[in-house]
Amino acid sequence: MRLARVVGTVVATRKDEGLFGTKLLVIQPLDTRHRPTGRPLVAVDSVGAGASEEVFWVRGREASHPFLPDQVPCDAAIVGIVDHWNVAEP
Amino acid sequence: MLIGRVVGNLVATQKHDRLEGAKLLLVQPLDLAGGNQGETVLAIDSVDAGVGDRVLLVQEGKAAMHALGRGQSAVDAAVVGVVDEVSLSSPRRSR
Repeated sequence: MRLARVVGTVVATRKDEGLFGTKLLVIQPLDTRHRPTGRPLVAVDSVGAGASEEVFWVRGREASHPFLPDQVPCDAAIVGIVDHWNVAEP
Repeated sequence: MLIGRVVGNLVATQKHDRLEGAKLLLVQPLDLAGGNQGETVLAIDSVDAGVGDRVLLVQEGKAAMHALGRGQSAVDAAVVGVVDEVSLSSPRRSR
């Protein structure tokens, strides 16, 4: 899983029927110091995340697992909302 | 698998049902010289690793689900071992 912040939403009226009813959010991956890293991407939300929240997400085939038995064609899914993290770095 | 160092932990009250009870660790992948390599990964822990430990990190869904003990979960990374020692052939030295 990776860290990210929700930075936007996506509306798509015409889409694969497996995506009907899903919430599409734009997320910006973060490093452990809360700084943006890498490119933003679109992820399907499985936990009710909202704007500007810090979340963690999975990519790849596992991204469709939160929605089983529904078959959702996605390669990134938000699976948790971060309360906080602690990092001990030199 | 990669060798990484546990650099932190993460608390999330609201997460997908199948992650309930999972311990979440922030792991920095390391190169063979012990330097940081790539971005920090959030992984579930199946071996009771702690901050500062050098660990074995899998970054593949099926392996991570095995570690979590739950099929079809939304996990793609897991800590599956605590490294005692890594020995490398010359010219690199053992650590």
